[in-house]
Amino acid sequence: MSKSPEIAVMRSQLSRARGLGAAHSGTGHWWAERVTSIALVPLTLWFVYAAIHLAGLPRAAVVAWAGHPVNATLLLALILAVFHHLQLGLQVVIEDYIHTERPRLAWILAMKAGVALLGLAAAISVLKLAFAG
Amino acid sequence: MTDIRDALMVGRSSDGRLVRRPISPHLQIYRLPMTAKLSISHRISGVALAAGTLLLVWFLVAAATSDAAYATVSSFLRSPVGYLMLFGWTAALWYHFCAGVRHLFWDAGNGFTLPTVRVTDKLVPGAALALTILTWLIVLLAA
Repeated sequence: MSKSPEIAVMRSQLSRARGLGAAHSGTGHWWAERVTSIALVPLTLWFVYAAIHLAGLPRAAVVAWAGHPVNATLLLALILAVFHHLQLGLQVVIEDYIHTERPRLAWILAMKAGVALLGLAAAISVLKLAFAG
Repeated sequence: MTDIRDALMVGRSSDGRLVRRPISPHLQIYRLPMTAKLSISHRISGVALAAGTLLLVWFLVAAATSDAAYATVSSFLRSPVGYLMLFGWTAALWYHFCAGVRHLFWDAGNGFTLPTVRVTDKLVPGAALALTILTWLIVLLAA
């Protein structure tokens, strides 16, 4: 009796089904970068328009502008998309240029902490402008 | 030659001399094609924009803090250094925007043929330059 044919598969069926690949995160990072960049196309256009409008205005006018719910909403959406997109992009830059595992992890964590704090500071400032003036 | 592996790195130049081959892509010898130049510019402008968000955060925090803090950030932005940073930021923003839109088209599977890429190679920096100039014309005319 001949042996039944076999195909050697190095990858488990579970690993294939999960679809996470060698990076262990699948296309999640790449996809989040695209989604935030699509969101940033209209938000950037609005932001440049808003920045030109705000240029040179006294503080009271900026407070009044940010007190409008539409402006506050778009500003918060912009901050969310910008800082999420930014940390995704900087992570790739760090991963490309720092080849040793420990310093790479340290740089990525430090960068993410810094970006998170900046994003929170921006968001809280907008909320304060919107609610308290 | 001291190492046998060096043998793989030796070639002949067009006039027959033995030369050490450059390690490819050697940036001093290999001329980057336009797509590669725009690609590294996309990355550089992205990092510059990341640094530029410090200005945005400073502005928002100052506006939410006090009149004095707002006066400080306003006078900095109106100083020559402030204007230079804002101009650089605008240029980086429009460049990253235009090159990013091309990337989105590529991600959707469009615009990969060489003739199209040659056109967009000019279109991306051209549009970024035009938008930067337009933005500053509006700013200066409104002021």
